[in-house]
Amino acid sequence: MSDIQHDTKTSIKMQPNLDRRDFLSKSSIGLAGLTIAPGLMLFDMAHGKAPGDEVSNKVRWGMLIDNNQCESGCNDCVTACNTENGLATPTKPTDAQWIRKVQLKDNLTHKVSSLPMMCQHCEHPPCVDVCPTQASFKRADGIVLVDKHICIGCRYCVMACPYQARSFVHEVLTDQKTEVPRGKGTVESCTLCVHRIDKGETTACAEACSKAGHNAILFGDLNDPESAISKRIRSVTSTQIRSDLGLNTGVRYEGI
Amino acid sequence: MSSASLSRNESRNFYILAALGVFVVFLGYLGMHQMEEHGHIVSGMNNQIVWGLPHVFAIFMIVAASGVLNVGSIGTVFGQAPYKIRTPLAAVIAVGLLSGGLAVLMLDLGRPDRIIVAATHFNPTSVFAWNIFLYSGFFGLAIVYLWTSMEKRMYVWSKPAGFAMFAWRVILTSGTGLIFAFLVVRQAYASALLPPMFIVLSFAWGMAVFLLVQAAMFAWNCKTIDPAILRRMKNLLGLFVISSLYLVAAYHMTNLYFAKQTGFELFILRDGGIYPQLFWGGYVILGSLVPLALLYLPGVGNKSVVAASALVIVGSFALLYVFIIGGQAYPLSIFPGHEVSSSFGDGAIGKYVPSLPELLLGSGGLAIAYLITLIGTRVLNTMPQDVTVVAAKNDA
Amino acid sequence: MKMGIRLTAVILSLLVSTALFAADKPQSPRLDIGKGGQCVEDPKLMRKIHMDRLKHQRDETMHKGIRGQKHSLADCVECHASTKTNSVLGSNEAFCQGCHTYAAVKLDCFECHTSKRKVTAEARK
Repeated sequence: MSDIQHDTKTSIKMQPNLDRRDFLSKSSIGLAGLTIAPGLMLFDMAHGKAPGDEVSNKVRWGMLIDNNQCESGCNDCVTACNTENGLATPTKPTDAQWIRKVQLKDNLTHKVSSLPMMCQHCEHPPCVDVCPTQASFKRADGIVLVDKHICIGCRYCVMACPYQARSFVHEVLTDQKTEVPRGKGTVESCTLCVHRIDKGETTACAEACSKAGHNAILFGDLNDPESAISKRIRSVTSTQIRSDLGLNTGVRYEGI
Repeated sequence: MSSASLSRNESRNFYILAALGVFVVFLGYLGMHQMEEHGHIVSGMNNQIVWGLPHVFAIFMIVAASGVLNVGSIGTVFGQAPYKIRTPLAAVIAVGLLSGGLAVLMLDLGRPDRIIVAATHFNPTSVFAWNIFLYSGFFGLAIVYLWTSMEKRMYVWSKPAGFAMFAWRVILTSGTGLIFAFLVVRQAYASALLPPMFIVLSFAWGMAVFLLVQAAMFAWNCKTIDPAILRRMKNLLGLFVISSLYLVAAYHMTNLYFAKQTGFELFILRDGGIYPQLFWGGYVILGSLVPLALLYLPGVGNKSVVAASALVIVGSFALLYVFIIGGQAYPLSIFPGHEVSSSFGDGAIGKYVPSLPELLLGSGGLAIAYLITLIGTRVLNTMPQDVTVVAAKNDA
Repeated sequence: MKMGIRLTAVILSLLVSTALFAADKPQSPRLDIGKGGQCVEDPKLMRKIHMDRLKHQRDETMHKGIRGQKHSLADCVECHASTKTNSVLGSNEAFCQGCHTYAAVKLDCFECHTSKRKVTAEARK
């Protein structure tokens, strides 16, 4: 644009066809934008990881749970998780629970609240330290998983988890979800919906909570300073449960 | 067993005893099969109490295996002649106990068919992975130890083998304590006292098992143990029982001083129902104080030693039940300063009722230890020949 | 003695030739190959090494998050599940169960993985 100003100042005869130049530059920028935009949108969610790509530690997945927004009677996150992962509604103490609502009552103030509790996807997971076969492992992008192919079912990780996040499968299972294999004799816990994340989607619990209008669960990339979760963590006070253990959890809580 | 000729009666009795052992092993197989076929749903375990009765049996056997070898170590490492001649017997019992304990542990896994995976994938930070090496090494060293103690031309190697065995045992038993000590979040376990506590417990339990087997062997051979040697051994058992009591007391007393641990301690020591009953009645009174009375009050003969040893073993099961299952029953403190409840047992005491398959599996492990000891002592010359030791002493 | 050696030689050669003769006949079970069509690899090769391919793929998926590859188990099931029962198990003609029962090799995959193809909501109607 400064070219045009310069041109009008020097010579009127030398004026180029600015309309065409303008049109070309605008349309090429628009075209470039159109090409990049879908990738940018996915990038926001999955940092450009297509299903066939390898995960990297450039990304660290996490969740921020707002205790102030979490409603005491609501179990939508639990129901969504169970449906997504093929878990039966728990009735016995041997049934697996990947996420649960915990009802809290402060001993001093007697204030009552509830919040969802699941695997905290620690940076220094005790379950990974104690697993004899390295079945319990932390993926490059921060998700703590159980490799059921090599899990021998010793339950040491269940003993080691500070959050009681792990469950042992006590009985024969059938009709598992295709994306969520589960079997008798292995240990399991919240996978942060890894099968959904790898496709660029969000976790089932976060989705259900937004659908219910509470918006208490926010999922995103903790390593990306521009993600919604990073921005929120910078603006509000949030804490990790049992932060005294120094595990640097990926799941943080606001309002407790 | 004895170098005397085998009478028909003796042979028949041996086969009856062996058959009994095989029968109990078979029962153990039945229990294991139930769990493998249907999953742990047939056991009393759940997602709050994931280690149940089989672990109580297994850890007793593994700790006692290490402790039984101590009898041999006192001879080889500390140069005490009456103990040195008991090394072969100790080694045989140790191999039996470790086999039984490992069998129970491995068969209680959710996927026992994946033992090969455990043996080929190692996590360097996991005590369970270390144990694969430590337990295999224990077997190998025990057999070497046995060999150097029984083969004349290998006697010269028995001291190095004994030292190696002693060191290996200390590491292995500390490892058993570390399994629990590394569980930082569990109020029952995160304590540096546990490795030494398990070492001392191993001395006591190993000596008790040894005294029982020894009494059985001498009775079978219609011999009596030299009173002086028996007195030394029973005094040692008493010393180990007192030391164990001391460490258990130290563990609980230090715990009581931590405000955050008080809830757990009161649960175990006073409010927890079955757990305080087993701790005080089972371990402290039946398993420690009564045996001490039997061992130290005047008029102790052979029978008192046997009764005391048996009671120490009963007490050990009680202590392990409280330690392993009581330790899991008490809820984790995830939200300190809050009262919590959930569908997953948060804030609630875990419920556990031992089931028949678990009891059968554990008993099967004991039967394996029994069978190996029975056959090993029959096949090998493990009977302690006290006559030579006493004679040598009298000559000196 | 010589007679004994001769007899052994005759019997041995009979056994070996029978075995060789029998090896020519295809004895593998008749399988319901589901949707059929072109397999991702040569079937003869797959019979030999499908377990290695699956094992490699499982580690790639589990630890590196690489999905939708050629040797994905879910895709195998998608193609090979019987069109009648939608499963690779259930009878000795079923794709996976047939050969595994014949060869007496325990199938571990379907302790955890579903043996059924994903049936979409529309297809169910």
